Amino acid sequence: MSETILEVHGLTMDFGGVRALNNLDLDVRSGEIAALIGPNGAGKTTFFNCLTGLYLPTKGDIFLYRRDKDKKISLKGLKPNKVTEHGLARTFQNIRLFPMMTVLENVMIGRHCRTKAFVIGAFFRGPRTRREEEEIIEMSHRILEKVGLSRFENDFAMNLPYGAQRRLEIARALATEPVLLLLDEPAAGMNPYETIELVNLIQEIATDGQSILLIEHDMKLVMSLSDRIFVMDYGKKIAQGRPEEIRLNPAVITAYLGEEVDA
Amino acid sequence: MFTLQELKRSALISLWFVFLTFPIMVVKVNSIEKTVQWRWMNVVYVLVGSFVLSLLFRYFLYRKEQQSGEDEQQGDNTGRSLIHRLLIVPKYRNMIYGVLLGTAVVFPFLTSSYQVNIMTTALMYVVLGLGLNIVVGLAGLLDLGYVAFYAVGAYSYALLNYHFGLGFWAVLPIGGLLAAMFGILLGFPVLRLRGDYLAIVTLGFGEIIRLVLENWGGFSQGPSGISNISRPGFFGIELSLEMAIVYIYYLMVLFVIVTIFLVNRLQDSRLGRAWIALREDEIACQAMGIDKIKTKLAAFSLGALWAGIIGVVFAAKTTFINPASFTFLESAIILSIVVLGGMGSIIGVIIGALVLILLPEYLRALSEFRMLAFGAILVCMMVFRPQGIIASIRRTYTYKPRNRDEA
Amino acid sequence: MDYFIELFFSGLSRGAIYALIALGYTMVYGIIGLINFAHGEIYMIGAFTSFTVATILTILGLPLLAIIVLTGIAAVVWSASYGYTIEKIAYKPLRHAPRLSALISAIGMSMFLQNYVLLAQTSDFLPFPTLIPDFAFMEPIAHIVGSTDLVILITTTVSMIFLMVLIKYTRIGKAMRATAQDRTMAMLVGINVNRVISATFVIGSSMAAIGGLLIASHIGQINFYIGFLAGIKAFTAAVLGGIGSIPGAVLGSVVLGLTESFATGYVSSDYEDVFAFSLLVLILIFKPSGLLGKADTQKV
Repeated sequence: MSETILEVHGLTMDFGGVRALNNLDLDVRSGEIAALIGPNGAGKTTFFNCLTGLYLPTKGDIFLYRRDKDKKISLKGLKPNKVTEHGLARTFQNIRLFPMMTVLENVMIGRHCRTKAFVIGAFFRGPRTRREEEEIIEMSHRILEKVGLSRFENDFAMNLPYGAQRRLEIARALATEPVLLLLDEPAAGMNPYETIELVNLIQEIATDGQSILLIEHDMKLVMSLSDRIFVMDYGKKIAQGRPEEIRLNPAVITAYLGEEVDA
Repeated sequence: MFTLQELKRSALISLWFVFLTFPIMVVKVNSIEKTVQWRWMNVVYVLVGSFVLSLLFRYFLYRKEQQSGEDEQQGDNTGRSLIHRLLIVPKYRNMIYGVLLGTAVVFPFLTSSYQVNIMTTALMYVVLGLGLNIVVGLAGLLDLGYVAFYAVGAYSYALLNYHFGLGFWAVLPIGGLLAAMFGILLGFPVLRLRGDYLAIVTLGFGEIIRLVLENWGGFSQGPSGISNISRPGFFGIELSLEMAIVYIYYLMVLFVIVTIFLVNRLQDSRLGRAWIALREDEIACQAMGIDKIKTKLAAFSLGALWAGIIGVVFAAKTTFINPASFTFLESAIILSIVVLGGMGSIIGVIIGALVLILLPEYLRALSEFRMLAFGAILVCMMVFRPQGIIASIRRTYTYKPRNRDEA
Repeated sequence: MDYFIELFFSGLSRGAIYALIALGYTMVYGIIGLINFAHGEIYMIGAFTSFTVATILTILGLPLLAIIVLTGIAAVVWSASYGYTIEKIAYKPLRHAPRLSALISAIGMSMFLQNYVLLAQTSDFLPFPTLIPDFAFMEPIAHIVGSTDLVILITTTVSMIFLMVLIKYTRIGKAMRATAQDRTMAMLVGINVNRVISATFVIGSSMAAIGGLLIASHIGQINFYIGFLAGIKAFTAAVLGGIGSIPGAVLGSVVLGLTESFATGYVSSDYEDVFAFSLLVLILIFKPSGLLGKADTQKV
């Protein structure tokens, strides 16, 4: 339960002269919900982008532990698709679905990196390809049921209500069978009702044993969901610990909560 | 329907166009004989033409805006065309296919070999369009140098035939594979470029190939081209000219059927889904574990493969090729076919090819305005109906999984 | 050495003309992010208008200076009008469409204009009247630097200075720079973005028209197809310099002009156009941001 699955050491990212991430350490343990919080512009999304290979960090190390395969994989410098293959899957803060594909197809895309058929398979559609296709459809269908979107299966992703689009992003990421699921502000822009539904969904996924790291703005949501919280400000980690510890941490109150009260 | 104000506005616009076209449409000078020709009749044509067109332009723009509002309310899936609805029902679909196939089979017996020849050309454009459709329509990569791969196929047959006497059937796969290889070679460095840069690089590449063919006389015999290329063999029997034309026609019918079958399977496959996803959002695609370069390369080289194969057929059909057949205009024509038909839509591309290639052939009076019309089609389709005359059939594809699930 | 200087100046004047066209590409790209494929056609129409007007005026027997000035004005007026109209028809309705839709529309517009001129005029090469006389004071060095080269260089320099002043100091210039940086922001602070975009097309087209007039009188013949090649080459120059950057377009054009001139002069003239296309392909592959451009990072 408490084995480390993700380990980040001294992660630093410079954009020209600006240091967006400064020597960041972080770890996520198997089966937990970890959260990364911080005021706007603290570098949270940059951190995700470094983790998932969209940005190449200037310094630092990222290791993913695959206990099942007894391997320690360095993710730094890998292409995004390789990172996903190794077991990190993410959602996006500003929803990035495939708008003109159906809901089911969106999830099927998530199965891409776990399946093989290519040109030859497509042309001849042999028994193995057909079996693979059926598995993709079945599993995608199951995931959609789990997130409660199966009735939208054949609608275009762009026609879904906002909250459902967010859930579809989670479904799509789950389809890659991630070791660790990264959620980038999953509740952003949601109404209170949708937020409650989302919290339930995340808890449900976590109960299934899925490890989750999420970025969030909404303090209340983070406090109720997370097992451990990391707080960052100006690219630096300023605190870490259990929710009740964070709530009382003076550095966090001045950097984060203080600012919110001002605003 | 039109208010007085709109009519007034159109009148002003048509006056503007008279001014605009004046030095090109009305005046025609001869700088050697120092004479000026004033074609005043053209003023009238422009005046009337632009008045009507400006009304239509604004009417369609208005209608498009109205429609996009409605689409959002109803969801896109309801607004399907008649052809789609017919093709969903298996009974009608098989009937339509049967009729089409029957017509294709008896066509040579009902018409002259001139007509058969034209139809063969049209079928070649159908396949070219379907090939480019993989690249542009499915994978969303605007390839403006598609004709280069066509040229690779045509020249590989012409040269291998000329130097080594290789026959059509031997070169057919070679030409296709060579073109696909070129696709991979070119694709490797350029496919990480952004969409519009990719378009320009492929355009540049296409022109380079043509210019090299034109100037490297020792290799390609330069602008004069290569003649006396063998027609396809028929089990070693020499065919008369008429028979050869009919033979190539049937070959093309076969190619079209095979192409439709394969492209259909491609777009229904894991790879096809990845292409469409790549077209929609590259970053999300990569984050879902799709290898961007590998997937794009597959689209690029498969498109090239078809172009190469049709290039071989082209060389065998005309028995003469030169670089003039492989200009940018050729790429633009194929692109027009895909855009008119509907990017990503197989039936659309087929109809697009038949309309654009056959119409100017049968309406001789129009053939002069062919390229003008192609240009106008590209603009108008993009402005009024970017999804093409028959929007992508992929929309019905999504229903298959459910059927299979329930079964 | 004379040969070298001759090639240098012919490359420079070639580059100057590319620069006049490249500016249109770079300005439009800077503002709406579109490769205006039809820009080469604007230049071609500028050349045709010049041809028509110059011939009529020659027949009427006007003095040479008057012919040059009036022809120039006519070319600028009509090219600018075409640029303005094209934007309204083919690009404005596509402002919010995907980038590739607008590019396809631009390609269509380019084909349309080419064939429009072909049908309304002719497919033959037309001999362009000589407008620029051989100046007497250029006589001693005429074998190295032609009078036309001199006129081209001077006209281009003047046009560039005019453009710089326009963009740096005028209201519309400031609005253009603001729109190029952030269109939404520009709109919010009350800039009429549609007008700025129109102005960009008008200015770019005017520059192209001057280029059309100069090159037509330099080469001595025109044809409906000249816009395609010149357009591609000017675009190459714009990318070479860093698309979106005005000094970049000038620098890129001069580099391209000189490269072409020396390559054809010392290597082979058969492959003149291959050099330009290869350069285009190589820059886009290896340094798509160009010499003076900024690399753009995609925001996630």
